Amino acid sequence: MTRSRVLPYLLIGPATVFLVLLFVVPLVQTIALAFTDNGEASLTNFRKMVGDLNFGLSISNTFLLVLAVIPLQLCLALTMAMMVQKLDKGRDLVLWIMIIPLGISDLAAGLVWLTILQDRGYFNTVLNMLGLIDGPVNWLSYESPVSLFVGVMLAEIWRATAIVVVILISGLQLIPKEYSEAAEVFGASSWTRFRKITLPLLKPSIQSALILRTVLAFEVFAVVYALSGRNFPVLVGEAYAWQHVNQNNGVAAAYAILVMVISLAATLVYIRTLRTPPEMQS
Amino acid sequence: MSEATVSLRLRRVMLWSGIAVLCTWVLVPIYLIALGAFGGRSGVFRWPKNLLPWDSGLAAMQTFLAVEGVWAAAFNGAFVACLTMLFSLLLGAPAGYALARYRFAGQDAFRMLVILTRAFPLAILALPLTVTFIRTGLYDTPVGVALVHTALALPFTALVSSSLFMGIPRELEEAAWVFGCTGFQAFRRIVLPLALPGLAAAAIFAFVISWNEVFAASVLTVRNKTLTAYLLTVLAESPLHFRFAGGFLLILPSIIFIFAVRKYLFAMWGIANR
Amino acid sequence: MAGITIDRIEKKFGAVTALQQLSLKVEDGEFIALLGPSGCGKTTLLRIIAGLESQTSGRVLIGERDVSALPPRQRGLAMVFQNYAVFPHMTVYENVAFGLRMKGASDAEVKKQVERAAGLLHIEPYLERYPAKLSGGQRQRVAVARALAVEPAVLLMDEPLSNLDALLRLEMRSELKAVLASSGTTTVYVTHDQTEAMGLADRIAVMHKGVIEQIDRPQALYERPATRFVGGFVGSPPMNFIDLPVADGTARLGGFSSPVPLRNGTVTAGIRAEDIDVAEDGGLPFDVGVCEPLGATLLLTGRIDGQLARVSVRPDSRVRPGDRLGLTPNAGRIVWIDPADGKAMGAAA
Repeated sequence: MTRSRVLPYLLIGPATVFLVLLFVVPLVQTIALAFTDNGEASLTNFRKMVGDLNFGLSISNTFLLVLAVIPLQLCLALTMAMMVQKLDKGRDLVLWIMIIPLGISDLAAGLVWLTILQDRGYFNTVLNMLGLIDGPVNWLSYESPVSLFVGVMLAEIWRATAIVVVILISGLQLIPKEYSEAAEVFGASSWTRFRKITLPLLKPSIQSALILRTVLAFEVFAVVYALSGRNFPVLVGEAYAWQHVNQNNGVAAAYAILVMVISLAATLVYIRTLRTPPEMQS
Repeated sequence: MSEATVSLRLRRVMLWSGIAVLCTWVLVPIYLIALGAFGGRSGVFRWPKNLLPWDSGLAAMQTFLAVEGVWAAAFNGAFVACLTMLFSLLLGAPAGYALARYRFAGQDAFRMLVILTRAFPLAILALPLTVTFIRTGLYDTPVGVALVHTALALPFTALVSSSLFMGIPRELEEAAWVFGCTGFQAFRRIVLPLALPGLAAAAIFAFVISWNEVFAASVLTVRNKTLTAYLLTVLAESPLHFRFAGGFLLILPSIIFIFAVRKYLFAMWGIANR
Repeated sequence: MAGITIDRIEKKFGAVTALQQLSLKVEDGEFIALLGPSGCGKTTLLRIIAGLESQTSGRVLIGERDVSALPPRQRGLAMVFQNYAVFPHMTVYENVAFGLRMKGASDAEVKKQVERAAGLLHIEPYLERYPAKLSGGQRQRVAVARALAVEPAVLLMDEPLSNLDALLRLEMRSELKAVLASSGTTTVYVTHDQTEAMGLADRIAVMHKGVIEQIDRPQALYERPATRFVGGFVGSPPMNFIDLPVADGTARLGGFSSPVPLRNGTVTAGIRAEDIDVAEDGGLPFDVGVCEPLGATLLLTGRIDGQLARVSVRPDSRVRPGDRLGLTPNAGRIVWIDPADGKAMGAAA
């Protein structure tokens, strides 16, 4: 059976070659670009990066955003998923509405929240109607970093919770109903069932949702850019600026490496802390 | 009516109010950008704003679409997204089939490679590709952008199609062989029709990934921008109503596509995550 | 310990009626089996008793307590599920302890009860393992131990043996019977397997299309089915049903005649395959179609006056396909059934 021995390689061959050319090679190139200056190995790019005014700010901003957004998203998505699971009538429609933002790009989400939060926007209109403010207030300037941060947070939560919902609901669908029913018969209240049965069984899904979301959250850029330009520097935004405004590939690559290292570290942390031993899987 | 049924009623009311709140949270911002998009220049500077669509009209959207470069960018974006869809399916589906049906050396390494791409911010890898693309003539072309977007979508299509094929019992294929089909015939006549809806959903999702991607698309193009990249580039110097109209145009196809694939999304993720 | 009273329970799924005004009384300590084909409503009834499904109307009483509106956890029962529902993320020990922990039992109490239940089901060696490492039969034992550990007033079992292979099923069946008999727990056991129901239950309720057709002790059910359906469902091979013409209170066919509780018309004779004497001729004329040696008996399938019939004969009988035999049913064991409504006539009903 030489055919069935060669066939799988023929089938994965193109995809492998492609991923090597467009993932592995650029990865190596990015590393090379970041660690060289005029063809020589050097840390110049990193020195430039660290020396930049926006560097510290972009690091703290990105981390703060990730730390604020991800836990909230997880709770919100869990609430949504558990609610949807309880529905029978109208479930399809509700699900669709909840996952609409899945198809919305970060740039578009930024623009959506710009209509709401700009000084003559709908948020201020509502505040005005309630008599809380007299005229337009600017929430998104660099002079009001807290409200700017909250604005970016809202936009990120609004946009990217849908993917967590999708992953969690898919996970919930794989848990046989019998487990929860058994717990119910043996005396567990609905909160206990959620904590002792659903949550532990959902751990693999929670893990992959967190990994995916965290990696993407460290890439946050267009939402911020749409809302505030460079008033709120974030890591990938800086990479974009160095590439486009300063025309410096090397520093941009250094930022890319930094983002990658952080993402990878976060992934490893999740894999470690949320590990489900194989003997505990269903 | 007993106490228990009352508390059951109360629970239902609470559940539905919670759902109403969450749906509002998702829908209201979309409604508001639509207001912004159709409100035009006068609407943007109006204060305080009207929360009902009385001052909207098609004129604002028409003005936006008449701006030079908007149509070209929209067309470009759709073209790149279609190419991405095609590439990621052509590369990903066979790989998924191999993962689902065969045991072979290197299988785990391939799986690892695919999963590894998820742990990296892929779009950033577009940076060094500018150099390569300029050298190979792919710079500033739809194909070049589509290639990078395929790298984003391929891991997803490969894993999803592998789980789709795994969900189709091997016996069905074996039965086809027994009744005289060749391997390819069995695939085409039995497996493919069964996997088709799922594959279509994965393809549409690849379309959405590409349509929405902004970093690589902006870095790799100058004149032939996708709509997303175009809007990002002109963001700083364009008036607000122009940005809102653009944002709304970006959202529109996504909503429709998510509606089309909503049933498959959950099945796809459920198994793709195993 | 408590009995169960099911009082005119009705269940509708949209326009479909799954259970029709069904009533049933289970005595304290009794083992009752709900037997029927798939879709007869037996699992729905069990889930209504458990509180996992709500009834459209009617009441469920456990002991003297009306539990109709209570959630499962307040009903004081335990259940064994078809797919065991042994929690994969807990050790066997924690699984068995689950119900006790929910009741807030002390650690010492939990330990004592878990060990007792584990001893009954012989799962002591696995207590620290996770369920993924156990075979289907071992998981089954864990599920039963979990149910018995809480010393429930009522134990519900939903096809608990259906996922085991034939040999293991036989072994678990006798073991279950011994364990449950010693614990004296009131048990409702759902199954579609009539041998399982016959072997285990004190009484069997045969269900069909949302109603209980007959409820009785296994042997009585077997010998005197109240309806044609019960006769056909209980016992293997199923009961034979032969239509006979009746004139002047006597049914006659070939060389066979018997007085029947009917003046004129047609009657259906329900006859068990082993309640028949076989001769060269005389009695009911039987054309042999197929002979199946089953070891203990030889099973003949053929036709009496064009109607399908099965007869068990001694394994050493020399019968061949195509032979014509004369059958004489054991008169005292024939069940006379009215062909119009499928119900047994006379005393059996």
